[in-house]
Amino acid sequence: MAKLIEGATGRWEVVIGMEVHAQVSSNAKLFSGASATYGAEPNSQVSFVDAAMPGMLPVINEECIRQAVRTGLALGAEINLYSVFDRKNYFYADLPQGYQISQFKHPIVGHGRVTIEVEGESREVGITRLHLEQDAGKSLHDQHPSLTYVDLNRSGVALMEIVSEPDMRSSEEAGAYLKKLRTILRYIGSCDGNMEEGSMRADVNVSVRRPGEPLGTRCEIKNVNSVRFLQQAIEYEARRQIDIIEDGGKIDQETRLFDAAKGETRSMRSKEEAHDYRYFPDPDLLPLKLAQAWVDEVAKTLPELPDAKRDRFVADLGLTPYNASVLVAEKESAAYFEAVLAELTAVSGKPAREVATQVANWVAGDLFGALNKAGKSIENSPVSAHNFAQLQKLMVDGQISGRIAKEVFEHMLATGDEPAKIVAEKGLVQVSDSAAIAAIIDEVLAENADKVAEYRSGKDKLFGFFVGQVMKKTQGKANPQLVNEALKAKLAG
Amino acid sequence: MSDFLALTLAEARDGLYRRDFTARELADAYIEAMAAARALNAYCAETPERALAMAAAADQALAAGNAGPLAGIPLGIKDLFCTKDVLSQASSRILEGFKPRYESTVTANLWRDGAVMLGKTAMDEFAMGSSTETAVTGPVTNPWRGEGSNKNLVPGGSSGGSSAAVAAKIALGATGTDTGGSIRQPAAFTGTVGIKPTYGRCSRWGIIAFASSLDQAGPIARTVRDAAILLKSMAGHDPKDSTSINAPVPDFEAALSGDIRGLKVGIPKEYHTTQMPAEIEALWQQGIAWLKDAGAKIVDVSLPHTQYALATYYIVAPAEASSNLARYDGVRYGLRVNNGGGLHDMYAKTRAAGFGKEVKRRILIGTYVLSAGYYDAYYLKAQQVRTLIARDFAEAFKKVDVLLTPTAPSSAFGIGETTDPIAMYLNDVFTVPASLAGLPAMSLPAGLDKAGLPLGLQLIGKVLDEETVIKVGGVIERAAGFAAQPKPWWRS
Repeated sequence: MAKLIEGATGRWEVVIGMEVHAQVSSNAKLFSGASATYGAEPNSQVSFVDAAMPGMLPVINEECIRQAVRTGLALGAEINLYSVFDRKNYFYADLPQGYQISQFKHPIVGHGRVTIEVEGESREVGITRLHLEQDAGKSLHDQHPSLTYVDLNRSGVALMEIVSEPDMRSSEEAGAYLKKLRTILRYIGSCDGNMEEGSMRADVNVSVRRPGEPLGTRCEIKNVNSVRFLQQAIEYEARRQIDIIEDGGKIDQETRLFDAAKGETRSMRSKEEAHDYRYFPDPDLLPLKLAQAWVDEVAKTLPELPDAKRDRFVADLGLTPYNASVLVAEKESAAYFEAVLAELTAVSGKPAREVATQVANWVAGDLFGALNKAGKSIENSPVSAHNFAQLQKLMVDGQISGRIAKEVFEHMLATGDEPAKIVAEKGLVQVSDSAAIAAIIDEVLAENADKVAEYRSGKDKLFGFFVGQVMKKTQGKANPQLVNEALKAKLAG
Repeated sequence: MSDFLALTLAEARDGLYRRDFTARELADAYIEAMAAARALNAYCAETPERALAMAAAADQALAAGNAGPLAGIPLGIKDLFCTKDVLSQASSRILEGFKPRYESTVTANLWRDGAVMLGKTAMDEFAMGSSTETAVTGPVTNPWRGEGSNKNLVPGGSSGGSSAAVAAKIALGATGTDTGGSIRQPAAFTGTVGIKPTYGRCSRWGIIAFASSLDQAGPIARTVRDAAILLKSMAGHDPKDSTSINAPVPDFEAALSGDIRGLKVGIPKEYHTTQMPAEIEALWQQGIAWLKDAGAKIVDVSLPHTQYALATYYIVAPAEASSNLARYDGVRYGLRVNNGGGLHDMYAKTRAAGFGKEVKRRILIGTYVLSAGYYDAYYLKAQQVRTLIARDFAEAFKKVDVLLTPTAPSSAFGIGETTDPIAMYLNDVFTVPASLAGLPAMSLPAGLDKAGLPLGLQLIGKVLDEETVIKVGGVIERAAGFAAQPKPWWRS
């Protein structure tokens, strides 16, 4: 059920669609051989084509086409075997050609869908299309008091513009959609999803209406570059529109900017000021024709996608849907979990299903918690998947208890050492010697004769107390299972 | 040897290979002739030092026995070609001072084969025109004058600097580009041979773009054989141009067998226009007779959409130009007029000062026909008609091997005489259809009009069949025996 917004005159529904620009992961730009890496010296990655020198011509970079097709397939979308590159004409200092090469009438990818989950409910967001286009350069207004500098490193870099249907009904859904899209792109490696570096940016269309009424007039908020800003921008914009309508005004279709510092959107240009882009097919490029057989080959290079992985984790490994969702949210965390599980099943000889829940709880709980606290990502986790698997093995084999394991894990986080080394150094090996355990139990019973009597007279809740005492005497190293069994036998007399 | 200039390109090539004379001697003769012909204004940049250096390299290669097929051949290069470290301005003020750091594929191919660069030849600004009057360096004058007349005539356009240079023998050959007739019409106006090959035969990489779907480089030379030799070196697949055709380049010179027996030559009836002067119509009939005599079969064909070709062209070409010329904004190279009024002010002032009247007219037309609300009525419709025009040719070529038409509806006219743009556009009426269809076509001199000015005939071939065009051209050339030459009034 869509979340409604309370206005002065009743409830309102917000309708959201998004255009996400995702930079294609490729060594070279869309139509030139220049490097597309981020962060280089200004104007150091500019070919004659990118600078629009006279007589220069674009040549399609096949890797970008391949990545767009892979993305389309990952979005469950139609791949258009015939697509056309068009010129979108406008003047700007950081647009050297005076036009952007884009796809207008015939995009490379058609209708698809993305499944999002908000508050435990899943919904589908339709994908209208995906097309390829060139990025522009960057105007630097802060390098000189009166002049603008232009950095063309980004000029010509390949972008995928992924256009959604107006299917989202809350800022949470919009955030979930952007996150999910990012996850999918990162899974297949077609975009690094790095929003801080601008590898992913969203233009978001927002309108409001009374539930059941036709769509309202929309405003487009340009270039939002984080999920948090996206949600703030939508919240602000929806409220702004509701206030205007409730005050008897009407919404003007316009392009707006989100000011992150003030948390508000403001007008950039009205519909009347909108450019006439004079799109027409780029005569320097022939229509792009793909063979179905090639698309089929490309499809084979797709990895397991997050939704499929989550379903498999639940069905085959018996994980809870929550744990499964947490683990698949990032490609790297899913990979970590699977690496741990694979090693553990190999070294312990236990079936995956038997140990998966333990591993999932540890990864999703202890490890993620610790990483979060330390502000680290899974890629630079101090505990390697191998060491993590070894720790799990010590538990599965009964060499250490869960309690000891937590202690070992703390040391692993701090030092990055192997668990076996820590266990040996700190003398944390579990005591599984029945005679030794029996001796300690006898000690404990002797010291607490009054409690033994109480227990035997029916206060069986005291069993925990005896376990605790034994553990205390062994610094927690006694095998809990053996302790339980031996205690039960002795107390029974 | 005093008569270097009289040699054809093929003769000079053979003489150099026989070591009868050196590339240096040939270069000296042409550099001297070029300098003595400045009255024609054919060259917008002369590069004598480079010519001598290239000639020296050619002599070395000839001595070493590893010379390329064009070793030591001095050429003029149309200013539309980017030539490394040499002014390349498309004869426009907006590219003032522009020296590229790269060499166009076509000129690189020529240098690879040993050719020698004499300089850059002037052209109508951005190749937009039929008279070479709009070059920033001033109008080029046709070496030809009417019998007993001192009136300066245009050399055709837009490759008028090239055609004038070849006709005046201040280049042994030259490169041109043809978007709607810019090689063929100047060839016709100057008694030279010009070939516009199949679209995609020559790479467009490094050629300053006018209308990308139509622009095509080709040679202007004194004889059909010379043009065939040049084309062989200029052509070839280029991965840097997505519209370049990946097909083997035949030995065009070898196509000159002289044998056209049984060949079917189509005569498109729509080219018989009422405005055409009788003597051009008569020359066309003469051409038909020559081919018949040589054993060809003459077949009447119809190209029903011909009447729409010029209008179609003047929508498609300006549309593409309006976008192609957007990069000349004063930001990165060429002219910048900046009075501190901000970005848009700089754009406006730079482009107002940098572009000439005809270029501005075409940018405006092109912008208009691509605008929202007009696109369907103009640009889209024009593309549809273009398809029909191409289909007309495809139908005709089911029946015939080659088409014969006049090249232009008149001989050279006086400088400054044609001021109405539409009248100027009409020069292209016979050349534009083949451009729209991407077909190879050639103009060659076939006779003189009453005033003693050269007239050309045009041959149009099937896609990638330049060879038939060249073969038939060779037959007409021999039958016509065109030996007239302009009197060297310009020599200082």
